[in-house]
Amino acid sequence: MLEIIYRYPDLSLFLALMVIGYSCGTIAEKRHYKSIIKREQELVKLMVVNAEGRFAEGAVRTSFLVNGSTVVSNDYFKRLLAILRNIFGGRVKAYESLIDRARREAILRMKEEARTRGAHMIVNLRLETSTIGRSANKKNSIGSIETLAYGTAVVMNRP
Amino acid sequence: MILTNVGSVPGKKIVEHFGIVQGSTVRAKHLGRDMMAGLKNLVGGELKGYTELLQESRQEAMDRMAEQARQLGGNAVINIRFATSSVAQGAAELFAYGTAVRVE
Repeated sequence: MLEIIYRYPDLSLFLALMVIGYSCGTIAEKRHYKSIIKREQELVKLMVVNAEGRFAEGAVRTSFLVNGSTVVSNDYFKRLLAILRNIFGGRVKAYESLIDRARREAILRMKEEARTRGAHMIVNLRLETSTIGRSANKKNSIGSIETLAYGTAVVMNRP
Repeated sequence: MILTNVGSVPGKKIVEHFGIVQGSTVRAKHLGRDMMAGLKNLVGGELKGYTELLQESRQEAMDRMAEQARQLGGNAVINIRFATSSVAQGAAELFAYGTAVRVE
């Protein structure tokens, strides 16, 4: 075993990175999904719509802008999978789950901010995704991805 | 200063329009954060350093936009939109724009 590592240092480093990436990435993803689902259930009462609301006169006390954002990147193993996918085409599942997680996290952060400031609902939600980081300008490579959610939080005049 | 991203200020009447106001900032992260992000790239997941950095810069862009609206004599900015683009390696531009108005 040691002899193999000694003889092929590059290959063993590559394999080690893949194993680390796969195990840490999978554990982190499961944990993250669990926390997302739990927090989504807590915040389900705070309404979010992506239409411009119409309010009766005197119904609204104040309104303000809220936003939430997340920057994520994929692990080593999944990146390799995605590169392999590039050859055959088709769904890149590894990235689907990553972006889904990031977007839901961004919405949750926005809702948390709105709740701490006492809002009753959020109107006109907008979502945005952009690539940043070292490899953002290179072709055929995905660096870190930023997802941003923003909207207008509304505080109502409740009787 | 009231900031909203809907076409009006909910519950208030707009009395005067001042046109487009904008604010932008170009930021690069410092070396330590960049190295940590590089390490984090290995295992994937959220890059907290970048998230904080971008939130700070976005706040700054919004402050600049609000300042511009204040200079024009407005007390609210409506229909705000955000945009992000990477202008150079390791630097990102954050851009916010909206319409400056005066409400009652």
